[in-house]
Amino acid sequence: MTVNAEQTTISVAPEDLMREVEGLQAGGYRLVQIGCTDIGGAYEVNYSFDRDYQYRNLRLTLGPDTEIPSISGIYWGAFVYENEMHDLFGIPVVGINIDFKGTFIKTAEKYPFSVTRRGGDQCRNA
Amino acid sequence: MPERIIVPFGPQHPVLPEPIHLDLVLEDETVVEAIPSIGYIHRGLERLIEKREFTEYVYVAERICGICSFMHALCYSQGIEEIMKIEVPDRARYLRTIWSETSRLHSHLLWLGLFADGMGFENLFMRSWRLRESVLDVLEDTSGGRVIQGTCKVGGVRRDIGAEKLAEMHRALDPFEEQCRDLGDVFLNDETVKYRLQGLGVVGKDDAYALGAVGPTVRASGVAIDHRETGYAAYGDLGFKPVVETAGDCYARCAVRVKEVYASIDLIRRAIDQIPEGPLDVKVRGTPDGEYFSRVEQPRGEVIHYLRGNGTKHLTRARIRTPTLANIPILVKMLPNAQLADVPVVVLSIDPCISCTER
Repeated sequence: MTVNAEQTTISVAPEDLMREVEGLQAGGYRLVQIGCTDIGGAYEVNYSFDRDYQYRNLRLTLGPDTEIPSISGIYWGAFVYENEMHDLFGIPVVGINIDFKGTFIKTAEKYPFSVTRRGGDQCRNA
Repeated sequence: MPERIIVPFGPQHPVLPEPIHLDLVLEDETVVEAIPSIGYIHRGLERLIEKREFTEYVYVAERICGICSFMHALCYSQGIEEIMKIEVPDRARYLRTIWSETSRLHSHLLWLGLFADGMGFENLFMRSWRLRESVLDVLEDTSGGRVIQGTCKVGGVRRDIGAEKLAEMHRALDPFEEQCRDLGDVFLNDETVKYRLQGLGVVGKDDAYALGAVGPTVRASGVAIDHRETGYAAYGDLGFKPVVETAGDCYARCAVRVKEVYASIDLIRRAIDQIPEGPLDVKVRGTPDGEYFSRVEQPRGEVIHYLRGNGTKHLTRARIRTPTLANIPILVKMLPNAQLADVPVVVLSIDPCISCTER
């Protein structure tokens, strides 16, 4: 039997993120990935979840100075993606359960990774 | 309380063909905590999407990994085809399935050999890799490449496998399966193997699911997640049921892969029986405008290619989430309470692929 796999994406505000993620966790969804996209002057962060091949995607759009809360208190394994997001895009994620402080992905060149964000601001975790 | 010491494991280690580092916090010989770090070979392949045309990026995608090369190309191509609403010809779907399952055979036999080597069972390692060699010969025979096949493209496949070659493959499957079952019998029933693997690195069903693990790693804990169930390529026509074990230990993870070898042989056999005649590709017109999370079941688990185009010939973003990255959290949970001497076996049991992880 073939399972019908659907994908839905909804936009959420950073302040609503934790509530939405808690709701998905309570609904039996697993965390699939967190990925970041540079959309020129801002970042789009996709939090992807799955239950029975139904793909739910929460999308945050962040300005260059926006901090986001870690969801690692809800999904323990989120630290991999959150550290990656910090190390490769310089997005400050607050409260990661295992915070590598910019050393999870070792890049040969620090700039533009790990220590700066668009506009040259110092990243909080660096 | 025993003194705690930290033993670095990797990035260079005899059981690791690729670099990953673990700081192992030990009390005597017992692991109490494991802290991973990666990034030694980060290549920035995602960024190349901005420099290559969307049809050319298939070549980059299949170089993300030397083991599941074909399936990266497949995942990328299916993502573009979904965005552009391209209907792939039936024969191409079947050929994609045959090459995917042949790649899975190659990957699992490679892993079984490495795992045997990690256990110290050298003879079993050699037997596994001898069988793998015959799979590589098939890949070379049908695609021209033992490691990088180069046969998948947006809109279909680049080359056909002729009727004579398919018949030859079909004939070779019976003796090959017999040899694989002999090999699997040792992995599944040998007392020394059981003694070495059972009860080691145990993760329960709920934990494995909550940690977001994928592939044989999560299926060995009793969670039936396998993207082939969604019916991409020709899996929908062939019918498919995931291989699941419940013990959640290193033995169960080994058993899932052994049984998936048998399942792959069966899928290839049925795909050859049912493959229709017809064209290999369709002409790709236009450029991708939109986004899609493409998902494919690789040997190590679900891979995701997030692709986003803006109507030009260059995509604006490719984000690739590989199965090993998703399996790092469960690895961190497997290691506490293991003995130092068991760490290589536990690490290998997730089948880590670091070149995938690093991209």
